[in-house]
Amino acid sequence: MSLLELEDVEARYGAVHALHGISLSVAEGTIVAVLGPNGAGKTTTLRAISGTVRRTGRIVLDGRPLDRLGPAAVARLGVAHVPEGRGTFSELTVWENLRLGAYSRRGSIGPELERVLSYFPWLSDRRRQEAGTLSGGEQQMLALARAFVHRPRLLLLDEPSLGLAPVLVAELFRIVRELNEQEGLSVLVVEQNAHLALQAADAGYVLEAGRVALSGTSDQLRADDSVRHSYLGY
Amino acid sequence: MSTLAGIPQPPGLRTRGAALASGPIPVTLLLVAAAVFLLVGSLRSTTFAQLTVQGLAVGAVYGSLALALVLVYRATHVINFAQGELAMATTYIAYQLIQWGLSYWEAFFATLAAAFVLGTLLEVAVIRPVQHRSVIATVIVTVGLFVLIDGIVNWVWGGDFKFMHSPFGTGAFHVGRVAILHLYVGMLAVVFVCVLLVWALFRFTKLGLGMRAAALRPAAAALVGVRVDRMLALGWGLAAVLGAVAGLMAEPSQLFLSPTLMQQILVYAFAAAVLGGLESPAGAMVGGLGIGVLLNLMVGYVPAIGSELQLPFCFALLLAILLVKPAGLFGRREVRRV
Repeated sequence: MSLLELEDVEARYGAVHALHGISLSVAEGTIVAVLGPNGAGKTTTLRAISGTVRRTGRIVLDGRPLDRLGPAAVARLGVAHVPEGRGTFSELTVWENLRLGAYSRRGSIGPELERVLSYFPWLSDRRRQEAGTLSGGEQQMLALARAFVHRPRLLLLDEPSLGLAPVLVAELFRIVRELNEQEGLSVLVVEQNAHLALQAADAGYVLEAGRVALSGTSDQLRADDSVRHSYLGY
Repeated sequence: MSTLAGIPQPPGLRTRGAALASGPIPVTLLLVAAAVFLLVGSLRSTTFAQLTVQGLAVGAVYGSLALALVLVYRATHVINFAQGELAMATTYIAYQLIQWGLSYWEAFFATLAAAFVLGTLLEVAVIRPVQHRSVIATVIVTVGLFVLIDGIVNWVWGGDFKFMHSPFGTGAFHVGRVAILHLYVGMLAVVFVCVLLVWALFRFTKLGLGMRAAALRPAAAALVGVRVDRMLALGWGLAAVLGAVAGLMAEPSQLFLSPTLMQQILVYAFAAAVLGGLESPAGAMVGGLGIGVLLNLMVGYVPAIGSELQLPFCFALLLAILLVKPAGLFGRREVRRV
């Protein structure tokens, strides 16, 4: 039984048709990567799921249709979307950013914050600092932490490696993998760095011009000649 | 993970932090100097002390309305030109309630509730439909609201003066040889309690955090589950409440109620908000108090300005602020990391 199911999802920005019928699924407790060249519709796919772009087609999260809901309602059903640019509230403190992550949860979030801080211990010292003064890598980690306080059923990660030093990207994927293994977090990640993405993911989809061109397990994709040639570069 | 925090940063990236570190110090110095000046002046001269207290009391009213402007500016990114008229209209509501037999304080709280509902409804009914079109469209709608509210008040209550009993009586406290009207102390106290409550709401509650997030980054706020539309409407409601406080406290200091009650005050509130930096609630309050005191001392000591030239003087001040320090005392120029 898959956690997220997309069936024939289309989306457009004004006259520009960005998605021409995407179908994909994310099984509970897995990491799924979305690869593809610029403009293939990777980001739009995530935006269609979280409701930040108008879309048609069927989007179902654990039996509940999402395709008529706006972003706040989708978030409240347990989807945490870390957008490109990380969605950091740079004028607010690190602590306030984390509290916002848990905005749609009721009751005390103390234990949740403790757990998150065990993955990102350095955040504790920076809690009073304005989030905008963090470095790019720190902001990406904060975005991940913020999404995780939400205790999402599904995490949508958009280009987490963008603008980060390779050592930080590796660190980031290590933590995502750790959250997946230890907490059972399901992740749909859009990534340019196919090598890293396929290493972390269980399965993947390759988008081209708004359609799914190829899909399979990470091993299958890694073995595929066209993927190797276009995205892994060997 | 401890390595991450310790990664050295290229020097250029700290611009914003550095600007912040150097920013508030001169402002703090300026404020301390102003406070010392007012204190010394007040100790040396009774007139000066009385003008200062009166200035602070009317300044609190300007500050309250300026804070309303700032709240709307942060939520909708426009100046609400109708904020003053809305405050005036809500003051008429209080007048009407008192006419119907409510006591002053019953009417006061009922009016704040009515203002909240009115402000929220206005955002939902007339601002939200145009907000995403253009800034100009939204500004024009607020100017339209100004005319509309003014018209409705004139139609319902007429343009003649109405009188309300001052809630603070006509007595005075005597500190040494300085007489301080109960009215001024009351105005200051009411405004400060209301402003403090609004501040605490924003600072310490989850709702307040949601409202700040919705105003700062609507798209990102929606992604964490904040219902942005609702938050912006609440922001307008709170702004209307602060406006109502300003109107209700302005009325006794002007001795009568008329449809033009808030028109001059709106200009002073603009100046206060701009002086404070338009985005800064604390700045709006400090700006309001500062302009209140400054204008009152000017009128008292510079015969050439007098009360007739108060308004042009205020415009000149506004112009000077915009020329010399466009970001205001507490505003900061946005320097973003890439």
